[in-house]
Amino acid sequence: VTAQAAPSRLPVALRMQILARMLLIQASWNYESMLGTGMGFCMEPALRRLPGGTGGDAYRDALARQSGYFNAHPYMAALAIGALARAELDREPTERIERFRGALCGPLGSIGDRLVWAGWLPFCSLVSLAAFGVGLGAYGVVILFLGLYNAGHIWLRVWGLNVGWERGLGVAAALGAPALRFAPPWIARAAALAGGIALPLSLDRVIGSGRVFLGGMLVAVTIGFVLILQLHGRVEGWRLAMIALAAFVLYSVAT
Amino acid sequence: VNPVDLLPLVLLGGILGLDVVSFPQAMLSRPLVGATLGGIVAGDPLSGLVMGATLELIALETLPVGASRYPEWGSASVAGGALLAFSGDSMAGSMVIAVLASLAIAWFGGWTMVTLRRLNGSLARRSADALERGSRSTLARLQFTGLGVDFLRAAALTLFALILFAPLQSILLALWEADARLSRAFVVGVAAAVALAAGWKLFRGTPGARWLFLGGLAASLLMVGAR
Repeated sequence: VTAQAAPSRLPVALRMQILARMLLIQASWNYESMLGTGMGFCMEPALRRLPGGTGGDAYRDALARQSGYFNAHPYMAALAIGALARAELDREPTERIERFRGALCGPLGSIGDRLVWAGWLPFCSLVSLAAFGVGLGAYGVVILFLGLYNAGHIWLRVWGLNVGWERGLGVAAALGAPALRFAPPWIARAAALAGGIALPLSLDRVIGSGRVFLGGMLVAVTIGFVLILQLHGRVEGWRLAMIALAAFVLYSVAT
Repeated sequence: VNPVDLLPLVLLGGILGLDVVSFPQAMLSRPLVGATLGGIVAGDPLSGLVMGATLELIALETLPVGASRYPEWGSASVAGGALLAFSGDSMAGSMVIAVLASLAIAWFGGWTMVTLRRLNGSLARRSADALERGSRSTLARLQFTGLGVDFLRAAALTLFALILFAPLQSILLALWEADARLSRAFVVGVAAAVALAAGWKLFRGTPGARWLFLGGLAASLLMVGAR
């Protein structure tokens, strides 16, 4: 089998294969290699284009290299997959690939965490909770949340793979793209606004006949909020919620 | 609960539990989705949705960041939505018990995910030689074994949760004395406090976010007051 040079644009069939595999990138996630085996698994279809094909030394060496330790945000890993696959097919020196691979972990992790976990996800949750608060039904809320969230999710994976492939080892500049630099604070602002709108509306819908206790509830919410902030880093809010609810159940069945 | 009714819930719990980390991380596992789907399968979409919204407020605090240990909301939400749908949203205490059960399941589910990650690590260690030789069959086997075991983990967790908490819920509801309105206000208040604290932690560092939050809050309170 002869070597196939890396095309400047990622072929559609190969792109679809890699994108489909990227949905499984964390399937064997573990504390030792983290995303490593998933990275190798996602990149494998591209590596088949190396000289000698799947039976060749170049393929085996590259697959082993790309299955080693790697840690990043699972969506942002797309950028690394595109860039590293391109570097392997361009037959960049091994040391350079390994150094580059190691250097990508930190930035791809922190950008993804800020952009997705601390921004896009809460924003989509809060918008959907606001929609619930104004009376949207079960199917509507689910479709709104999944549609909104996954529009961003899928875009990020596709963008990452394409940009990574196009730029190869020069992909670091893409990490400074305006969308990545300016999006997190704007998403945070939009989420804060959505949060302000969502809280009273959704609580009003859930509480129903409990509205007679509204005054007392607001005082209790304020006390709970301050308590959770005071305990920040020591006990998480959801654990405190579990303790409070367990105490309430005991009170309710024992009286 | 009829055992036949549990099968679709167990499968749904398995699939949504898989979404938390392994496949496809499309946030099908968020409580707003999971509990609503659980309610739909159990025959009461509205109860599922109400449960989902309440749990989502609490889940705002827990983000699925890499190696950290966090609650497994996928299976827990399906079970929680179904529990509320089984008992009926209108019964005093049903929501408190369903939310508490969901939190307990999510907590235990978090532990099962840590165990799975250790198992994945052990399997990868045993395959280290093959991986170093660049064996693609070993790589695929590791991925699909992790996927399969994760599905079984989440499905078993959902089954265990429903078998344990559905009868327990009936027993507790029979003994329930607290006022229905107070019970509901209490669980909503707890969820609101956690959500408020989560929002504060997430957005306080962003310039202007506090004012936008307060602006949204004021507009929303006016809308609620006008209802």
